[in-house]
Amino acid sequence: MYPKDLKYDREHEWVRLEGGIAVMGISHFAQDQLGEVVYVDLPTAGATLSAGDSFGEIESVKSVSELFSPVSGEIVEVNDELSDTPETVNEDPYGDGWMIKVSLSDPSQVDALMDADGYEAFLAEAE
Amino acid sequence: MSAPTREPLTGTLIFERGAPESRCVESPALDVPDVSLSDVLSGRQRTEPPVLPHVTEVEIARHYERLASANFGVDSGFYPLGSCTMKYNPKIDEWACRLPGFAGLHPYQPPATVQGALELMWELQEALAEIAGLPAVTLQPAAGAHGELTGLLAIRAYHTANGDPRARVLVPDSAHGTNPATVAMCGYEVVQVPSDERGGVDVAALNTLLDTDVAAIMLTNPNTLGLFDENILEITAAVHAVGALAYCDGANLNAILGKSRPGDMGFDALHINLHKTFATPHGGGGPGSGPVAVSDALAPYLPGPVVARAADGVFSLVTPERSIGRVRSFVGNFGVLVRAYAYIRAVGGSGLTEVAEQAVLSANYLKELLRDVWPLPYDRVCKHEFVLSGGRMRKQTGVRTLDVAKRLLDYGIHPPTIYFPLIVEEALMIEPTETESKETLDRFAGVLRTIAAEAAEDAGLLQGAPYSTPVRRLDEAAAVKRPDLAWVPPEGAPG
Amino acid sequence: MRFIPVTCEEQAEMLRVVGADTVDDLFVDVPAAARLGRPLALPDPLGEVELAAHLEDLASADSHAGSVVSLLGGGCYDHYVPAIVDAVVSKPAFFTAYTPYQPEVSQGTLQAVYEYQSMICALTGMDVANASMYDGASAFAEAALMAARVTRRHQVVVSAAVHPEWRETLATYVGAGVLDILTCPMSDGVTDAAALRDLVDDRTAAVLAASPTFYGALDDLEALAGIAHDAGALLVAGTNPILLGVLEPPAAYGADIVVGEGQPLGNPQSFGGPGLGIFACRQEHLRQMPGRVAGRTTDVDGRTGFVLTFSTREQHIRREKATSNICSNHALNALAAGVYLSAVGREGLAGIGRACVAKAHYLESRLVETGRFERVFSAPFAHEFALRYTGDVAVMQARLLERGFFAGLDLGRFRAEDVGRVLFAVTEKRTRAQLDRFVAEVNAL
Repeated sequence: MYPKDLKYDREHEWVRLEGGIAVMGISHFAQDQLGEVVYVDLPTAGATLSAGDSFGEIESVKSVSELFSPVSGEIVEVNDELSDTPETVNEDPYGDGWMIKVSLSDPSQVDALMDADGYEAFLAEAE
Repeated sequence: MSAPTREPLTGTLIFERGAPESRCVESPALDVPDVSLSDVLSGRQRTEPPVLPHVTEVEIARHYERLASANFGVDSGFYPLGSCTMKYNPKIDEWACRLPGFAGLHPYQPPATVQGALELMWELQEALAEIAGLPAVTLQPAAGAHGELTGLLAIRAYHTANGDPRARVLVPDSAHGTNPATVAMCGYEVVQVPSDERGGVDVAALNTLLDTDVAAIMLTNPNTLGLFDENILEITAAVHAVGALAYCDGANLNAILGKSRPGDMGFDALHINLHKTFATPHGGGGPGSGPVAVSDALAPYLPGPVVARAADGVFSLVTPERSIGRVRSFVGNFGVLVRAYAYIRAVGGSGLTEVAEQAVLSANYLKELLRDVWPLPYDRVCKHEFVLSGGRMRKQTGVRTLDVAKRLLDYGIHPPTIYFPLIVEEALMIEPTETESKETLDRFAGVLRTIAAEAAEDAGLLQGAPYSTPVRRLDEAAAVKRPDLAWVPPEGAPG
Repeated sequence: MRFIPVTCEEQAEMLRVVGADTVDDLFVDVPAAARLGRPLALPDPLGEVELAAHLEDLASADSHAGSVVSLLGGGCYDHYVPAIVDAVVSKPAFFTAYTPYQPEVSQGTLQAVYEYQSMICALTGMDVANASMYDGASAFAEAALMAARVTRRHQVVVSAAVHPEWRETLATYVGAGVLDILTCPMSDGVTDAAALRDLVDDRTAAVLAASPTFYGALDDLEALAGIAHDAGALLVAGTNPILLGVLEPPAAYGADIVVGEGQPLGNPQSFGGPGLGIFACRQEHLRQMPGRVAGRTTDVDGRTGFVLTFSTREQHIRREKATSNICSNHALNALAAGVYLSAVGREGLAGIGRACVAKAHYLESRLVETGRFERVFSAPFAHEFALRYTGDVAVMQARLLERGFFAGLDLGRFRAEDVGRVLFAVTEKRTRAQLDRFVAEVNAL
């Protein structure tokens, strides 16, 4: 449910480092809470983000949640496939359900995030 | 032999009925010289006719009778939809609003020709002022949220006129969504106020949020948990102490008619949902009507026109001196005002008090019958409604409040409001209203007990419900992902 | 009390169950200083017979479209309402239902809304329509706010030829400084396109106009759309839906949002309300649209069904970030509009439009022939037109009221420049005999 090679934040986003690029999506827990995802509103490549910024919104039929970036940098790629098949976020949250790729301006921000064990402990505590 | 089948009640569109030559109402014969549309309209005439249905009157009658059969209204059965006050809609009100002297009035007729209508509106203004405990009333807003917009804009204009523009409006976490949405439309920042463990405003938290940059607080009292805020006088006093005003969302006024008045609680403005408290029908979503009652300080800012009565008894439409301006065309949803006025006169002042008393008694009675089935997060005397939590059932059985609601449909009962207020997990918000018999309340409690037993035995039964409705659970995700919001004629269909 | 079915005996039993001695025990949470402590100072209850007599007394104090021949328009019109319309909207399963939040038992309302939306799209040429707003004026104001969201700009330019109450409503809605409004002057009863060109720039979210204008004149929406679009702004076009059987739909001119007052479609005048606000837009802007919308989908058994959809735009989910605070629509009035459009059909709507236009042009010519009225505009018009009266308007209207006519709308009450001008509306209900008699009375002034 929570791959060991990813980092997680308290807003339920995950980050995977690929060189200096951070790939981002939402966790299994987040997609399960939302239910069937029907719409993902993502920014366009080229925009810059600071850690804590909202980079989009994700909707189920009866809820809408903001997406927050835990890292700073420039958005280099956006998963446009999600506009046609938003349910991919439910089906494959860590794979084809990725959302944006960010060229990190401060890679140390990733180190500050929770690892899988830490995130699971965080979820258990919240429950 | 195969089982006989019936045509489904719904699904076939009015566009798919009839035939190109079918007609219902024929256009009247032209008794003046015809015109060349291209000439008189300077070439702006339509060339392709709009694709409207072509049906006979009998097809229309049958079509809509089928649709009506697939609907559930107050006349169909128990409708304990919390926060919506689904009380019985007296039929004389429907008769009254159709009288030619009301339905046939044009809003720009000379005032001398509409004295009956203006008298009705004036009397309604006076009655609502007495009920609210606030002296000035506008009947213009078309709905509750429209009243909120009106009231908050008046508050904003008041602060601006005092040279004291402010930036924030406080809204409790239990509020209707219209409250924060209204605050945003009025250019204010929303600040959320937490609830305390008794379900009221957390007064300590409120005091830390109050300062001279707060324009107002928007409160629903009784609130969306069905609870009267015991600290209401302290709250409005604290709000006034920093120069802010107190706005009351009157959605729950039914509980306190003749018992307690928002003006006496310290509120400066109140909107009243005539389609809840005053028995006007909801119409499948509207029209409603949301008159606003305000204090003397806010009266000059009300939208115009309001009805005035001169010393000689003549009524006229006037605009308050510092009016925020109108919030819609004409005088308001007059047809709804007629219904509400008829209701108030039918029950009278004493009857309104009985309404509140019975609404509160019925809610407390149902609460007692159900409290051992679902946990009651705020266990104290309630007003017109109460909120149960389906959280325990979900954990124990996997059955959600949504499933309980859908199962109720199989028993011919409209579900309560669900998943609101947001501060209660798996909320079931139940408002019986005063117009239901004890027999109906007892049956409802019995059905909910049965459903709770079903949940324990066979969760799947509830998760698959309903089974007996014209359609079953609908694919709402598909409706968003593949939007089909308007019918288009199939390719090659006759135009 | 006749709407409370609980008996005294049952009340006592209910009190026993809740553990209260009296009903007042259930109000212990109300602080003493907030209790009313006296009866409401309102009249005593009226029995149904007395109530009916009282209401008839009030109603009979009014003159109305059935007792006086009306040439009043200005946003509310005396059209014929087929009998089938009231037969349908009087069905309790429609009028006593709440908002269709439980779709399994609300298919009647939902399908009727979907059909209404489809008919509005057919009339206007737009892609999507919502389930209706409060009225034309509030729909107009909401359209301005929507255009600002779409364009991320904060200024709108509104034509002075638009209904003054629509413009006032717009000003109230954005009065909190949410949007800046520039007003474009009018010329010949329509928007002054040359002046508009100077007012519109890259700050403009939308140009707001209407055709017919408040003065009944047909505006050049195509030119206005061009000016708006050249600056990256939207065109919000007001319309009168009952004329869309004969007038080219606003979409054909490039309108991005179409709004209108739907009262003419099967709703009584009712002193100006409730009517309904028509609101339609392009598919690409759907997520910025205010108000409810119904969509077609299927149930678990594969049957066609309808639901409220795209709800994440709305206040009950998105709260302060919603596209509007609107919750109630005018569902019952939209139902009436749908039944009306089904009853008249596509040929009928065109026939009604043609009758209105022909009768209006007939009356306009005859009134000008009297010499007591003069033309003030040369722009084309449909079923409503403004003329200047050569004498005192108030005296003329009072005299003609005595003769059984609401002799048009005195435009001087709205704008100083319009003193002496009168707006006449002619619907298909007006007969040649009525119009001839009116002209004769004018001649006799």
